[in-house]
Amino acid sequence: MTEPRIPAAPEVQLSIRGLSFYYGNYQALKNITMDVYKARVTAFIGPSGCGKSTLLRALNRMYALYPEQRAEGKLLLDGKNLLDSDIDLNDLRARIGMVFQKPTPFPMSIYENIAFGVRLHESLTRAQMDDRVEWALRKAALWDEAKDKLSQSGMSLSGGQQQRLCIARGIAVHPEILLLDEPTSALDPISTAKIEELIHDLKQEFTIVIVTHNMQQAARVSDYTAYMYLGEVIEFGDTDDLFIAPKNKQTEDYITGRFG
Amino acid sequence: MNLRGRRKMVNRIALGLSLVAMSFGLFWLCWILYTVFHLGLGGLSLDLFTKMTPPPGSPGGLMNAIVGSLVMVGLATLIGTPIGVMAGVYLSEYGQRTALGFSTRFINDILLSAPSIVIGLFIYAVYVAQVGKFSAMAGVLALALIVIPVVVRTTENMLLLIPNSLREAAFALGAPKWIVISRVTVRSAKAGIVTGVLLAVARISGETAPLLFTALSNQFWSLNLNEPMANLPVTIFKFAMSPFTDWQQLAWAGVFLITMGVLALNVAARAFFSEQTKS
Repeated sequence: MTEPRIPAAPEVQLSIRGLSFYYGNYQALKNITMDVYKARVTAFIGPSGCGKSTLLRALNRMYALYPEQRAEGKLLLDGKNLLDSDIDLNDLRARIGMVFQKPTPFPMSIYENIAFGVRLHESLTRAQMDDRVEWALRKAALWDEAKDKLSQSGMSLSGGQQQRLCIARGIAVHPEILLLDEPTSALDPISTAKIEELIHDLKQEFTIVIVTHNMQQAARVSDYTAYMYLGEVIEFGDTDDLFIAPKNKQTEDYITGRFG
Repeated sequence: MNLRGRRKMVNRIALGLSLVAMSFGLFWLCWILYTVFHLGLGGLSLDLFTKMTPPPGSPGGLMNAIVGSLVMVGLATLIGTPIGVMAGVYLSEYGQRTALGFSTRFINDILLSAPSIVIGLFIYAVYVAQVGKFSAMAGVLALALIVIPVVVRTTENMLLLIPNSLREAAFALGAPKWIVISRVTVRSAKAGIVTGVLLAVARISGETAPLLFTALSNQFWSLNLNEPMANLPVTIFKFAMSPFTDWQQLAWAGVFLITMGVLALNVAARAFFSEQTKS
């Protein structure tokens, strides 16, 4: 490592305390406790079905769409438990944005794709909205490619561009945390590289949590990594430490490819 | 015979049988179209669109029947579409696995396959018999009842094709459910829903039975919804059965118009769907 990537004592943004998750009677997460640090990238890795996506979807309570899914425990953001029943889910999701595995542009123009989310939470003038759309597209490294076709359908973009549009849409509402659920698994290597570069830039302003099945990607983009297996966090720590000197035998087996 | 040769032969037989089946269907379709053109084209003239249905032996056209059909089909679509779309949205987005959803879907399927004459008699019993006279409004209601199940079905099916990830993406931005549905889900399914509506319009354009007991027909020009109104299907029914050759000629001209109209709607529906869904 040439640069000291992590300054000492990062600030905790989100505390996960004793989180369990159930799909009906099946327990998918078992008593998970860990912290997500502010302005850092935290990666969840682990074999398929280990619960990494489930954990991510618990953080913005996406599971609440499905009545048979429920979570127990605490998710503390600014001292408030996000699992409390009095939490407004729409506000919560404005504070914790999410980007999905497959690009999901809405059936509207590129401009409207971004304005859609902003309008839900703020009323801006046309000029302010123009600025916000440009800001978000620049942040998502899409402005140069999209500035001349803002009124074209979001579907007309390539897969990688669509995914960056989804990231732009997510950050346009100024969330504090951005959740990325395998954001590059449907993309080609060049688009993947662009998104990874983007994640690196975005962590200046946003706390990022990324689920990836690609260990190299976790090693490249994240500051902290949690290795999960069968619904539990087996090991959580500084990414460099975890990949170079894993403390746990299971983690070592997984990252060296002996298992998984 | 070796295995490969046998497979090839089975393939040829299956191909041959499906070609026979296809040509059997096409044969009748072409014959119908030929007859419609052959007998209908002769009756086409400007008078058809500008003159009223005549008494036997006098010159005339189908203007009142054409306009009456357009009015009733149009109103039935205007009434049936919003109800059908809303019910379809309910079934797909809210009542997917609820008891109310299951029973609504079941009843809708019954309604979808109900013979149209049943719908006509139903409106006759609950509306015409109560009011005491045939009226265009009764015809509109009967046609709307045919439109609704078709639109409910297609709306629900088209919404179910929208991947959940798209809904989740909208929810993930903090959108309330009604905005997710109206601005994202229904919009994504727009092409399919419009196609369903167009096909429902095509379906009711030729319906005779539900109008026979409701709107009846009218020899004269009338746009009053509380009076019987002329319409193409019943006029065709009446004129085609008559012994007068000029009426029969008009009936064939009417058949030609309906056939062309339904054909145009189907082509429009297909064109619209493929235009909207390519991306």
